[in-house]
Amino acid sequence: MTGRVYADYNAGAPLRPEAAQAMREVLAWAGNPSGAHREGARARRAVEAARLEVARLAGAEPDEVVFCSGATEANALALRTACRTGAHVVTTAIEHASVAAPLAAAADHGTRVTRVGVDRDGRIDAAGVAAACEPSTALVSIGWANGEVGSIAPLEAVVTAARARGVPVHTDGAQAAGRLPIDMRGLGLDLVSLSAHKLGGPSGVGALLVRRGTGLEPLLRGGPQERGRRAGTENLIGIVGFGAAAAAARAALPREAERLHGLTEALWRRVSLAVPDVVRNGPPDDVLPGTLNVTVPGVSGEALLVLLDLAGVAASLGSACAAGSPEPSHVLRAMGRSEAQARSGLRLSLGWATSVDDIDRLGAAFADVTTRARAAA
Amino acid sequence: MRRPRIVVAMSGGVDSAVAAARCVAEGAEVIGISLRLADGGSGSCCSLADFQDAAAVADRLGFPHYVFDYRHDFERTVVEPFVAEYLAGRTPNPCARCNQHVKFGRLWEHARELGADRLATGHYARVATHPVDGAPVLRQARDADKDQSYFLFMLGAEMLGRTSFPVGDLTKAEVRREAACLGLPVAEKPESMDVCFVPRRGPAGFVEARAAAAALRPGAIRDEHGTVLARHDGVHRFTVGQRRGLGLGGGERRYVRHIDAVSGAVTVTRHLEGSRGLRATEVSWAGREAPRPGSRFAVRIRHRHPLLPSRLVTASGDRCTVDFEGEGAVVSPGQAAVFYRDDVVLGGGWVSEAWS
Repeated sequence: MTGRVYADYNAGAPLRPEAAQAMREVLAWAGNPSGAHREGARARRAVEAARLEVARLAGAEPDEVVFCSGATEANALALRTACRTGAHVVTTAIEHASVAAPLAAAADHGTRVTRVGVDRDGRIDAAGVAAACEPSTALVSIGWANGEVGSIAPLEAVVTAARARGVPVHTDGAQAAGRLPIDMRGLGLDLVSLSAHKLGGPSGVGALLVRRGTGLEPLLRGGPQERGRRAGTENLIGIVGFGAAAAAARAALPREAERLHGLTEALWRRVSLAVPDVVRNGPPDDVLPGTLNVTVPGVSGEALLVLLDLAGVAASLGSACAAGSPEPSHVLRAMGRSEAQARSGLRLSLGWATSVDDIDRLGAAFADVTTRARAAA
Repeated sequence: MRRPRIVVAMSGGVDSAVAAARCVAEGAEVIGISLRLADGGSGSCCSLADFQDAAAVADRLGFPHYVFDYRHDFERTVVEPFVAEYLAGRTPNPCARCNQHVKFGRLWEHARELGADRLATGHYARVATHPVDGAPVLRQARDADKDQSYFLFMLGAEMLGRTSFPVGDLTKAEVRREAACLGLPVAEKPESMDVCFVPRRGPAGFVEARAAAAALRPGAIRDEHGTVLARHDGVHRFTVGQRRGLGLGGGERRYVRHIDAVSGAVTVTRHLEGSRGLRATEVSWAGREAPRPGSRFAVRIRHRHPLLPSRLVTASGDRCTVDFEGEGAVVSPGQAAVFYRDDVVLGGGWVSEAWS
């Protein structure tokens, strides 16, 4: 894949060299971290060191980190306790499928779910979230930053409102981690989901941060791993990679947020210069650094995606799905776009390895591809 | 010279795989695209396995492959009309509608945006040249048994000029051999049958699952004299000419002669006589002038039905009336009527009613 520009970080970032190196070191290690022998102790120390790094990245205490298989599992674990018959959960219309689908399933089994809408830029109104809370509300679950259009949730105001009503708050921080400073304790969040591969770690590992004192019903029962909150032998290699990626991401912040913001706006200038009538989907400011979602009037998202791929740029349409087939984005639909518009949103997402040179090549490819698609159509 | 860019519609089956291979062999730059038309999973089409098969073929032949989501277009232009036609007492032909609106409609739009010079599919049909004006015309496949030109009658000269049917001059056996020679992983894949989105048990259940209960048209099954023989659950369960599944018990054979969706009456008969001809709507003549009334050609009134020698009675606007010159035939409204001279498609339309 040499010579290509990778602009699909929101679907998964390339592995950071620090993570690769850390994993190489433990690849051949014998020893279950639960073992009483020296090998076990060595593995245990590696897991605990990674736990500390993940906790530091997110402003949590190490004992608040529950390692699991990724943000999908972390979200399922976070929602599980709240989703009981008769209970009420407040969420939004633009959540990732790993939050939306479990809540839709729970709604079929008697949990009441309120989905707060968003404005045309994908922004969530904290007052609307507060107004949706009821005496029986068991949880508020709102993604920190939207992976498709980059809108950032007003978590401070949401937590204040929820706290006043005694309602715990969960946020999916998979897209925000590594790009925005995350301070779980400082913000007063109760549950935060993280994914390793979104910040340059390996896929197949993530964590749910659970504030001390927050009730949690395990998904997986068995051994006493993760303090009984997630049974199963620890994914030593994955966790070590996650820890190294978290450490590298934390070391780069907050300058990395500014750098990504600068690259994103530079890309937007290139794109809007090449296509003057291009539409930016998402908030004009206060947007997740690295996320640019655009619609080119008169050119289908499918054509843009394929032409960019052929021109050496990996982009995406909304969120990826198993078959690689672009589905109409529920996020753009919630932002009031038509079905056709909801399929034409092209997402360019940048991350830790994106360079200024990448932006130049991406901008040039975008200009070339849109010109040709418009000429041909 | 720039290599031609060809978009190949890939179902995951062997025909479109060989079509793609032939485009590669002629030196074209190929882009393979699979269409997600319905929520697949375990169904007979659009399953993840089909997309993976197409992707494996593309990988083997070294060209890029993508999956486009056309569920919305398919629903609106194929599935909804399919249900509406059955409810109206007609027998629809969704494959021809899909070619018209989805494959040679939306996909061709997208292919043009991709800078494609041509669209190729795995259909068994051929594009030939008109002997007089040299314009492209649609011709039957070499393998008459596999011929699918019936489902492609709406393609005009302009579209045909941008279309390739690379397997149209091969037999199915030759296609499988070619796939095996190329080491394509789908060489032995079984044939898909029936309408892709309708479950095996048939269209009646599908229509009932999709239609509002109030839209169903139950009524009486009567003989020619008006005697009520039985009640039925809806006209969508019947096709003109149908013999089985009438729910009349044993006894003499009876056939559906007429369906009246307004009253719900289904008329059956012991001796089914064919009609003398048909009327068609939405008729197109491959982008040419309609032939003069009195012109002779052959008409096919359903897939695999023998060609009927016919005479054009009238043609005005997008309608026409056709007289079967030989024996009559049982015509099912809603099916395509496709007109042939020798093995070339002159045009076609949709049967609105029998003509006698």
